[in-house]
Amino acid sequence: MALSSDPTRFTIADARDALAGKQISATELAQAHITALTAATALNAFITETPDRALSAAETSDARIAAGEARPLEGIPLAIKDLFCTKGVRTTAASRILDNFFPTYESTVTQNLWDAGALMLGKTNLDEFAMGSSNETSYFGPVINPWRARGRNEDLVPGGSSGGSATALAAHLALGATGTDTGGSIRQPAAVTGIVGLKPTYGRCSRWGTVAFASSLDQAGPMTRTVRDAAIMLKVMAGHDPKDSTSVDTPVPDYEAALNTGVKGLRVGIPKEYRIDGVPEEMDALWQRGVGWLKAQGAEIVDVSLPHTKYALPAYYIVAPAEASSNLARYDGVRYGHRAPGVSDLIGLYERTRAEGFGREVRRRIMIGTYVLSAGYYDAYYLRAQKIRTLIARDFTQAFQQCDVLLTPATPSAAFGIGSKTSDPVSMYLNDVFTVTVNLAGLPGMSVPAGLSQDGLPLGLQIIGKAFDEETVLRAGRAIETAAGFNAQPQSWWRTA
Amino acid sequence: MAVDRDTVRRIARLARLAVDEDQVVAMEGELNALLTWVEQLQEVNVEGVPPMASVVEQRLKLREDVVTDGGYAQDLMLNAPQTEDNFFVVPKVVE
Amino acid sequence: MSEAGNNAKLLNGATGKWEVVIGLEVHAQVASKAKLFSGAATAFGAAPNSQVSLIDAALPGMLPVINRFCVEQAVRTGLGLKAKINLHSVFDRKNYFYPDLPAGYQISQYKQPVVGEGEIFVDMPGGETITVGIERLHLEQDAGKSIHDQHPDYTYLDLNRAGVALMEIVSRPDLRSSEEAAAYLRKLRAILRYLGTCDGNMDEGSMRADVNVSVRRPGDPLGTRCEIKNVNSMRFVQQSVDYEARRQIDLIEAGGTIKQETRLFDSRTGETRPMRSKEEAHDYRYFPDPDLLPLTFEQAWVDELARSLPELPDEKKARFIQAGLSPYDASVLVAEKEATDYFEAMVAAGAETKAAANWLSNEYFGRLNKAGMGIGEGPISPQAAGAIVRMVIDKTISSRGAKDLTDIVWHEGGDPRAIVESRGLKQVSDESAIEAAVAAVMSANPDKCEEVKAKPKAAAWFVGQVMKSTGGKANPQTVNAILRRRLGLPEDG
Repeated sequence: MALSSDPTRFTIADARDALAGKQISATELAQAHITALTAATALNAFITETPDRALSAAETSDARIAAGEARPLEGIPLAIKDLFCTKGVRTTAASRILDNFFPTYESTVTQNLWDAGALMLGKTNLDEFAMGSSNETSYFGPVINPWRARGRNEDLVPGGSSGGSATALAAHLALGATGTDTGGSIRQPAAVTGIVGLKPTYGRCSRWGTVAFASSLDQAGPMTRTVRDAAIMLKVMAGHDPKDSTSVDTPVPDYEAALNTGVKGLRVGIPKEYRIDGVPEEMDALWQRGVGWLKAQGAEIVDVSLPHTKYALPAYYIVAPAEASSNLARYDGVRYGHRAPGVSDLIGLYERTRAEGFGREVRRRIMIGTYVLSAGYYDAYYLRAQKIRTLIARDFTQAFQQCDVLLTPATPSAAFGIGSKTSDPVSMYLNDVFTVTVNLAGLPGMSVPAGLSQDGLPLGLQIIGKAFDEETVLRAGRAIETAAGFNAQPQSWWRTA
Repeated sequence: MAVDRDTVRRIARLARLAVDEDQVVAMEGELNALLTWVEQLQEVNVEGVPPMASVVEQRLKLREDVVTDGGYAQDLMLNAPQTEDNFFVVPKVVE
Repeated sequence: MSEAGNNAKLLNGATGKWEVVIGLEVHAQVASKAKLFSGAATAFGAAPNSQVSLIDAALPGMLPVINRFCVEQAVRTGLGLKAKINLHSVFDRKNYFYPDLPAGYQISQYKQPVVGEGEIFVDMPGGETITVGIERLHLEQDAGKSIHDQHPDYTYLDLNRAGVALMEIVSRPDLRSSEEAAAYLRKLRAILRYLGTCDGNMDEGSMRADVNVSVRRPGDPLGTRCEIKNVNSMRFVQQSVDYEARRQIDLIEAGGTIKQETRLFDSRTGETRPMRSKEEAHDYRYFPDPDLLPLTFEQAWVDELARSLPELPDEKKARFIQAGLSPYDASVLVAEKEATDYFEAMVAAGAETKAAANWLSNEYFGRLNKAGMGIGEGPISPQAAGAIVRMVIDKTISSRGAKDLTDIVWHEGGDPRAIVESRGLKQVSDESAIEAAVAAVMSANPDKCEEVKAKPKAAAWFVGQVMKSTGGKANPQTVNAILRRRLGLPEDG
C-alpha cells in the first residue's frame, strides 16, 4: 500500500511499517495527530487532551525503535474512551459526578496498550456512564459526527456511547481508539461513522479499572479504521487478568494471522428475525449485498432462526439498568467525586449529590433499575429477564450448530440529527436492536463499514461469532471489508486551522 | 404494573436521588412508558428456564490469602471532598 | 426437655407466664490475613484507612476476587457445625446506602449460602443439654467503621474493616432464656476457636451477635420479634435479652403491640432503644453479583477438609469422660479452648488426667479468677503445672505440699522440681523419721490417745498434728498407717 503523505491517513498497520522503516518518527506521528485534534474541537470528541504525555511517550518510542526494541504498538497514537481509568489523568465517564476525578491507578486494558508501546492522545467523550446511543447524554456536551448528509449542514450524532472514539477515528484524530460495548456502544457508533468496531467475547478483555455500567454486559474492544487494525489492537488489549473474576483464562491467538485465511467454506448464518419492520429498504439491500460478497468469496449461506430476538432489547433494558443502579451507588460524594455543597444531613447530601451529579438519562436508568430490583418486582422483571437471556443465548448456541458466523445489519439506520430522538427514550433505545443480543449472550460481534446510505452516510454490517472465536469474526469482517471497498471520507468541515 | 407518583418518590428515595415535583411527574410518565414497553416479556414462556448465572463458562477463581494491597491512605484521600487525618468525613450520622 | 425445665424458663408477667424466644445471627470474622475480596490486611488497630485497597474504597472500575482461605474456613466451620455444605453457592449484592458501605452494596450470600442446616449442642449449668438448630452460614463483607464522637457536626469514616470476611451464622429460634442465648454463643465461640476459623475476640469485634427476641404465651405461635444489633459480649447478650423480653412483656400487658424493628443495646444503661438509621423500610434489592461467578467446588475437596478437622469440644468432652473425668469437669474444661489446650499440655507433660483436672479446678482456676486473669495469662505454664501434679501422683510431694508449691510457682516462677529440691518440700516417706514424729505427738498427748482408741474417727487430729510437726512434708498415708498400728486401730477403709 502506498503511504499517504499525511500520517493521520495511516492505518495502524501502515504506521507500524512506516515507523519500523524509519519513514516517520513516533514524535512526528504524534505531532500530526495533536495538530489534527487541536483543529477539531468543533467535534467535541475529546474531554481531556494529553498532548504532552503523547509527545513524551513518543520520545521513548523513538528511542526504542532506534535501539531495535520496538514493541507491538510502538509509537501508535490512540484515543481512549473516558471510561477507562488512567493514572494521573482525569477520568470522568462524561459525568459531572466524576468531573474532577484523577485515578491513582491504570485500567488493565490501557496498561496493556502502554506496555505494548502505544501512546495516549487524550480521553474521548461518551454518553454519561456509557448510557446512550447518540453521545448526547455527556455532561461535556454532545459529540458531532464528522459525517454530514450529502448537501446538508445539519449536525448528526456519532452514535453512542463510544461516540468520541468513533469520531476521533472517522475524523483522523487518532490511529485507533478504545471503546466499551454494553449494548452496542462500540458497534453502533462505528457503523454510523464508517469505521470498524469490535466487541470481543465477554471475558476476553479485563474490566478492571474501567468504570462499570452493567457488569455482566460491559466489554472493552478496539475501534479502528480497518479490520486488520482491530486484530492488531485486540491482540494487545485481550488476555486473562487475575484482578477480574470474569476474565477468561484462555490463550490470546494471533488475530492478524487469521485474516488471510479467507472465507471459503465458511458457513454464514442469516437470522431471519433481523428483518425488522421500519428498517429502511436501503439497509436491507446492504445486507443482501453483504450476503452476496461472502458467497462470491466461497462462503456457504445458511438461513437460521434466533426466535427470541425481539425480546432482547426489553430484557436488556431491565438487566442493564438493574446492574447500573447498583454499580452507580458508589457515587455518593463521600470518598471521591462531586459533593453537593452546603448540605448538613447525610441523606440530603446523598440525594442532592446524586441528583446534581447524574444527568437525566443516568437518573432515569437508576430509577428503572432500582424499581425492577425492588421488593415484589424482582421475579416479574429481573429474574424473568435473566431467564430470557438464557433463551437468547440458547438461540445462538443452536444457530451456531448450523453456521460459523452470523451476518446482520449493525444498526437500523444511518446517523440521525442531534436532538431528533432525545424526547422519546424507547425510540432511542431501538438503535441497539441489532447489537444488544450479542451482549446478552456474551458473544463477539464486529461492525464493518459496508456502504453509504442514499444521503451519503455510512452504514455498517455486523458479524457475530461464537464465544472466543474472534478469529473467524475478523476473517469474515475482512472479507466484507475487501468486497465493500469502503473508502469514502467525510468532508473535513470542522477543521479550524 | 403502572407506577404512580408515590412509587416514583419511594424509588427515588431508595436510589438516593432528590426529585422535585416536576421531575416526579416526568418520571412517572417515562417509567410507565418503559414498563409498558417491557411488558412484552410477559408473553415468553420461561417455565423451567434457569436465569443466566454467568456469561462465561468458567469456575470462580480463588486467590491466596496474602496481603498484597493497602497502605496508601493518603492516596485515597486525594480525590475526597472532605477529609481529616486520613479519615473520610461526612455530616453527622445519628444511629 | 422436661415440663419442669421449660416452666423454669418462663417469665412472670402481671397477667401470667411468658415464654421468650431467641435466635442469634452471629457475625464471626474469618481469621484470614487478607480481606474477602481484596488483598488488604485485616489486622486490628491499624492507622485509619491504612488497610484499605482501591476495591475496599469502591473506586470506579474495581472488581472483587475471592480469598480461597476464607472459603475454606467457611466450609470447615460448616463441617464443625455438622451442617450441609453446598457445593454450589452464589454471592449477591445487598444494596443500601450508608457511609461506611463504600460500594453502596454489601457482597453477601442470600438465597444460596455456602453452608446449610446444622446443629449445636449446648450444655447448661444445670446439667441439661439443649440442641440449637443452625439455619445457615454464609460469607459476606464487613462494613467500615463510622466514628461519631470525634466532632460535633461530622462523622469520620475508617474503612479498615470494610471488606473483611465475615461468616454470618444464623441459629433457629430455639433458645428460650437469656442464659441459653449466652451459653449458645459461648459454645459457638468455642467451636470456632477449636477450628481456628475465627479468633472469637469479642473485644476487638471479631465476633458480634444480632439478637432476635420475641415473647409469647406458652403454646402460642411466635410473636413479633425485635432485632438487637451488634451485641458484643456474652454478658451483654444476656442483659439485652433480659431487658428486651421484659420490655415486650410490659408493652403487651399494657395493651400495646410489638413493632418489628431494629434496636440498639446501650451497655451503660443495660437498655435497648430503636435504631434511628434503620427506621426506613428495608428494600435491599438483592441480586447475584455480576462481578463474580457462582462459587463451586467438589465433594472430594470438602471430604479432604473434613478429614483434617481438629477434635472439637463435643468429641473432646466424650474422650475426657472416657478418661475418667466427671461430665461436669469435662464440660468445664472444653468450654474454653485455652483451658482445654492448657489441660492437654499438662497431660502431655506427664500429669494424670483426673489429677490434672482436679488441680485445675482446686488450685488454679480460683487463683486465676481472683487475679482476674484468663488461663492464657496466668503465670504457671502447663508444663510446670504438669510437673506439680506429677509429683503429687508419684508421692514426691503431698497434696499440702502441692498447694504450697503452687503458691511459690505462682508468685516466683521457676522449675517446680528444682523448687521442691531446694526448699525441702519433698514428702517424707522415710518410716523411721515418721515413727519418731508420731511417737513424739503421742507421748505429748496421752489423753488424746485414749480418746482415739475409743473413737477411731478422731485419729485425723493426730494426722494433722504430725503433718504440722513435719512442716507438711510427711506422707499422710504413712502417718496414718503408723498411727493406726501404734494405737492398735483397725486398717483404714
